[in-house]
Formats: sequence, C-alpha cells, structure tokens
Amino acid sequence: MALTPLEIEALGLSLRVAFWAVLVSLPPGIAVAWLLARREFPGKALVDGIVHLPLVVPPVVIGYLLLVSLGRRGAIGGWLYDSFGITLIFTWKGAAVASAVMAFPLLVRAIRLSLEAVDRRLETAARTLGATPAQVLFGITLPLTAPGILAGVVLAFARSLGEFGATITFVSNIPGETRTLPIALYSVLQTPDGEQAATRLAVISIVLALAALFASEWVARRLAARLRGRP
Amino acid sequence: MLRVDVRREFPGGSVEATFDAEGGVTALFGPSGAGKSTVVNMLAGLERPQAGRIELEGDVLFDAARRIDIAPERRRVGVVFQEDRLFPHMNVRGNLRYGLRRLPAVRRRIEFDPLVALLGLGGLLDRRPATLSGGEKQRVAIGRALLASPRLLLMDEPLANLDAGRRAEILPFLDRLREELALPIVYVSHNVDEILRLADTLVVMGDGRSRAAGPVEEVLSRKDLRQWTGVQDAGSVFAATVRETGADGLAVLAFGGGELRIAGGPPPGTRVRLRGHARDVSLALDRPTNISVLNVFDGKIVALEEDGAQVDVRLDIGVPLWARITRHSANELRLAPGVRVFAMVKAVAVDRESHGPSAGVG
Repeated sequence: MALTPLEIEALGLSLRVAFWAVLVSLPPGIAVAWLLARREFPGKALVDGIVHLPLVVPPVVIGYLLLVSLGRRGAIGGWLYDSFGITLIFTWKGAAVASAVMAFPLLVRAIRLSLEAVDRRLETAARTLGATPAQVLFGITLPLTAPGILAGVVLAFARSLGEFGATITFVSNIPGETRTLPIALYSVLQTPDGEQAATRLAVISIVLALAALFASEWVARRLAARLRGRP
Repeated sequence: MLRVDVRREFPGGSVEATFDAEGGVTALFGPSGAGKSTVVNMLAGLERPQAGRIELEGDVLFDAARRIDIAPERRRVGVVFQEDRLFPHMNVRGNLRYGLRRLPAVRRRIEFDPLVALLGLGGLLDRRPATLSGGEKQRVAIGRALLASPRLLLMDEPLANLDAGRRAEILPFLDRLREELALPIVYVSHNVDEILRLADTLVVMGDGRSRAAGPVEEVLSRKDLRQWTGVQDAGSVFAATVRETGADGLAVLAFGGGELRIAGGPPPGTRVRLRGHARDVSLALDRPTNISVLNVFDGKIVALEEDGAQVDVRLDIGVPLWARITRHSANELRLAPGVRVFAMVKAVAVDRESHGPSAGVG
C-alpha cells in the first residue's frame, strides 16, 4: 500500500518532532536522573514531583501550562521571541517541546534506575587509578548506564510519537506544521467516511512503534553482550 | 616511608590506627571487624578520618589539623580490593591501561610489557573480565593497580574470595612482586600463612585499634597479642639465612640463636622465615647427648604461662623461643624464670624464601 502525501507529511512530522524532543531532553534528562540518583539536596522531593507531574496530570493541563508560559505573551515565550525571535506556539518546535515535557518522566525514570544499578565500587576503584570525578562519570558510570539510557530514549521516542493532548492544546492542529500522526488520525475521524483513512494511520502508528521497539531490543542485546564479554 | 596516625568515628564504633611502614610488605592483621578495611580506605582517600595524619614519602596525604585531604586520584596510592572491581565494559588491556594512560610519562615507574609478563597476563589481553576465572581477574586487578605506578600499594584481602587452588595460583605472583618491585605494600589479611609468607612488618588490629606494630618475627612471637591474632600456637618465628648446604643434604641456617640445620633447605644465600610450633620444642636441664634431634640450643627461661595441664615456656636463646610442655614436667624439672635449659627443636617449617636484596625491615 503506497502512502498518500498527507500520510507521508504526518509521518515525517511525527518523526521530526519525536527526534528533536528526545535529542533536546536527553542531556537534561541524564543530569536530572543523576541528581536524583546520586545527590541529597533540600527540595529533592519537590524536584522529583515536578519531573513526574506529566505522568499524573491530564495532558491537556500540561498543554495549557505550556500555552500560558511559552506563548508569545507568556513569561518565557515572550522573552524567547523578543531576544531570539523564536516562536514555539503553533509551530512544530512547540510540538517537540510538548512531546519532550510529556516524555521527560519516562526518560528520567529509566536512566535513574540504571544509574542506581551501577556498582559504585567500580567508581571508587577508578578514582584510586587516578581518574577525576568527571572522568569517572564519562568513562565508567555513563557507559555502564548505556542500556538504561537507551531504554529511556526508546520510551521517550515512542511516547513522543503518540503525544496528543498537550500538543493539540499548545500548538493546535495545523496541517504540515503540527498535525502529527495522532492528530491527523483525530482529524480524519472528524470528517465523514474517514474510517478507512483512520485505519491506515493507526496501522502506520503501530508499525512505527513496533519498529522502534525491535530496534531498541536489538541494540540493547548488543550492548548487554558487550558488557558481558561476548562480541 | 609511610606514617599513619588516624582516627575515624562512626555510629557504633571507631577505628584508630598508628603505625609506620618502611619498604617491603606491611601486613594489617586481625579478625573480621577489627577495622582493617577502614584503615585501607582512609589511606586511599575513600574514607575521611576525623583526626590524625597520613604521610607518604614525606608528602602529607591527610592532616586533620591543617585541613589537608588529598583526593584519591591525586594520592598515587593503588588499591587491590577484595573483589576484583574490573570494569566490565573494557577488555583486559583496557582495564590494565586505565590508570596507566592518565599517568604523565615522567611518573611511570612500571612498564606495561614487563608487568604483563610478570603477572602472566599475555594471553588474556583481549578478553573481557566476565570470561576470566577468579584468579585471573584478581591478577588483572593487581596489574591494573600497579600500572598506575603508585607510590604505595594497598591490598585488602585480595585472596579472601578465592578458593585454595586459585590462592595457590596467585601467591607466587605476590612473591615475585615483593621481590622484584621496590614498592611498599600494605597487605590486609586474617590468614596467618599469607602473612608469614609475604609480610616483613606486622600491624595487629583488634577491636578497632592497632594493638602492636613491628617485625613479623617479633610480633607473632608475642603471646599477649593472641586474642587479636587468633593464633593459638604460632610458636616461634625466626628470620634466618642459609649458610651452606652440606654433602649429607642438610642446610645450615644462621639465625639470632646460632645455627640451625634442616633437611633439604633452599640454596645458600637464601633468606628464609622459619616457624616452629611450641609443641615441637622439648626442654632438658642438661645438654642432651646421643639424641636424634639435630637442633639443640641453650638459653634461659624468661617466663612460664600455665594453660590447663600445659605450660608455655618462653625462652631466650638469642631470640624468643616458645616451648609447650606439661605442667607435670615443668614441676618435675623445677622450671622457673632464670633457669638455664637446653631446648630441642624437633621441627621447623620454612614459610618464605627471599633471593633478592632485602626490601624491607625485619
């Protein structure tokens, strides 16, 4: 079955949004996971709660909060526009931000669990061999966390592909700009005789998600084999 | 030269250690829970003492009063832990080079190829830690610590997790390290055989305190330390040198008490450590004649300690010597401090042999 131009557009947009959402949230995701796994500080419970908020709050609430803060007249959005000329609202970049925020807790959780599983004794051994804390982080801790980082990336990517509520609230439903696969599916359902198009979009979504899952399984197995010593 | 005087307190206890170590192998010896690993961690900079001072080769590594606490990566103190702690995502070569590659060339004291040969790691370089045996892993861990060219090597019960076979596989390598590298080693163990084989200086730890420090021969011959060493019948430990090997196959050894002959000893020039059980020493008031025992020494009784139906007699034959006899015999012979006796030593064991120039004290 050949894809229609509209389907290709929605698919490409979804991939682009999810890609950028994960890429931009990965460094802060690792940093926050590290803080939560390794450091005690006042307000840690609060940070933990804020990070997990998108998991428990209705997506439309998150979308509304983004609209208020990142819109042209929002505190952060206004500053972004005045200083850099960046507009997030009603653009695909805004869709990426909405996806990133919604996927952030999944990313942080996976990385945090993996960080907590790293044998700290390996890190102290590295220190006695002359490695500074930063060298230990990049040479020992993060490589050993790689499977967890990968799991987090895949989860976040899949979550971004499926993101609907926060996105449509924040950046609306603009063909070619913010109409990702789920929003396209929602749109065709609003039109008469849209069932067939909706089925096709649903199949595309499922195939995409499965492909991401299988790819991550394959990479995870190779990573695990590398750690266990079988090439 | 290592000078240690530290105290660390934590909920439910404290650890205090005071000792000096020159070159050679210094053993930290004592029962589990005596604080040995805490001392190792403080030396490495992994645990911070509340008070005291650590000085290595004239450099202050820690000084509570002057608020000096050098970071572990800048101490150049290598550690071999009880668990191998190899990095699972690197092969053996990567593990070995981990410390080496961040070391400025001028500080390099130990080269890669000779050490790999010394530890017999040549065939393992491309393997992953997960594919190695326990003994191989620990050899890699020793090599990794040494290739960072430390000024002091700490070994925290490196053989404790290995079975007897793997232990026997590693001990010869430790002998060679002691012989061939002029590197001070602090070796933690609760195994008296390892200590007799490897150590020059002995620090006895008990209940969180260092209880005694000195040459192995001297400290192990002290009976008052037995509650900490757990050695019930260490008997006597001597340092000796093989003087000659006779045509009859007997080696003549010189030690502090004169000459001692044993069957089939190592070649002349070898320095050995001898251990004799107190129960293998008999006493006589007159010089025995026409007996099969080769080694008879005259000396004076220093002290008698009763132990049930037995008596431990401490003699001075130039070095301390313990004899364990029955109380009946002690009464019969009217043994008392100051009495001159002849000690017949029926058996001694050679615990270690050294061939190179003396690296340590004792």
